[in-house]
Amino acid sequence: MLAKRIIPCLDVKDGRTVKGVNFVDLRDAGDPVELAWNYSQQGADELVFLDITATVERRKTMVELVKAVARQINIPFTIGGGINEIADADALLNAGADKISINSAAVRNPALIDELARAFGVQFVVIAVDTRVIGDKNIVHLNGGRLPTEKQTLDWIIEAENRGAGEILLTSMDHDGTKAGFDNGLLKLVNDTVNIPVIASGGAGSVQHFVDVFQQTNVDAALAASVFHYGEILIPDLKSVLRENNIEVRV
Amino acid sequence: MIGIIRYGAGNIFSLTAALERLGIAYGMVNTEADFEQFDRYIIPGVGHAGAAMNKLEQTGLVPKIKSLNKPTLGICVGMQLLTSHSEEGDANLLNLFPIKTLKFTSDGSFKVPHTGWNQVFPEKENPLFENIPAGSHFYFVHSYFIEYDQLYTLSSTSYINKFSASIWHGNFYGVQFHPEKSGTYGETLLKNFSKI
Repeated sequence: MLAKRIIPCLDVKDGRTVKGVNFVDLRDAGDPVELAWNYSQQGADELVFLDITATVERRKTMVELVKAVARQINIPFTIGGGINEIADADALLNAGADKISINSAAVRNPALIDELARAFGVQFVVIAVDTRVIGDKNIVHLNGGRLPTEKQTLDWIIEAENRGAGEILLTSMDHDGTKAGFDNGLLKLVNDTVNIPVIASGGAGSVQHFVDVFQQTNVDAALAASVFHYGEILIPDLKSVLRENNIEVRV
Repeated sequence: MIGIIRYGAGNIFSLTAALERLGIAYGMVNTEADFEQFDRYIIPGVGHAGAAMNKLEQTGLVPKIKSLNKPTLGICVGMQLLTSHSEEGDANLLNLFPIKTLKFTSDGSFKVPHTGWNQVFPEKENPLFENIPAGSHFYFVHSYFIEYDQLYTLSSTSYINKFSASIWHGNFYGVQFHPEKSGTYGETLLKNFSKI
């Protein structure tokens, strides 16, 4: 059976991880490659790097990071953050990235999804969607959830799939940081609507939250950051609980 | 030493990085004369099978590839090229295996592309899968699959239907998954191939 994927997410700036990391056995907790290697050894199925570098040199630093990761890591990884054009994506692909994640650039220029899918194949194109409830509607937000758009979340996800998205990374900004569990209602709605893989993000605080999201929504993967970085959830423990709950995971 | 056949279809950085980590020597095959320097070959490939076949034909290496008698491993689309035909682009391929590459047809209960870690079950004894337990997970990402065939399927995986996770005929091998992204078992498979 196809296994459900567990994905640690690393925030990177200027080639260094920026969120606090609390691993006892790391020499340098700010080194994304060492952290990535550690996660791959623990049994992570995939990694996501979100690059928040804002300098003019950003493409160069992203390419250097991707190359360093591809040299050392034997599992797939996605890189996102500031990818605005085909040339950005091309450079990252050739450096060894398996997928790229596009967020704001796709909302501002939806045809970018079509262009990327045509150039590199749908499997390369992850559309990241940050959503927040306004009134009774889920609305797509930009800038890490600060800037609301005109787009309703489900409509945008359907459009992205039709344009050539190969996967959806859906982050609930209402749940993100709360450690109160994933937004299972919205995730089930999205997962039942699209025919491409969905990664759940935002709200993981306990092992049970991962059990819940897979049992209640059937999403393909679940992503988290702080619970892994601070060692609150260890991936081998998480996977053994998932297995006890008859959720297929990679051993 | 492994010769990687270059024909412009997809990025090979991760593959060469994996070989370097494993200490497996490799070089590039760009012309017919280059084949002599190597004792085995890898045909990489991602993207569109029809487009990949066009690129391969433009290199002029097709007759040489078809005549190879040293161990040759196709990866992902590089494996699909070994079959007779792909529904992707309605393309005639190398026909080293008289079986077809077909499109997944989903009723909506399965997602396409088939993305992620799935279990691989050997159907035959072969050194390619030495020290890899039956049911080990490998990383797949593909929308087209090679039909299951009792004669040619070396290992199988089930997703929507049972298909060839790997094929084997004489000196030719193919794997649908990405060994360079499949953790330690993927690395074991690459090591095994380097010694076949």
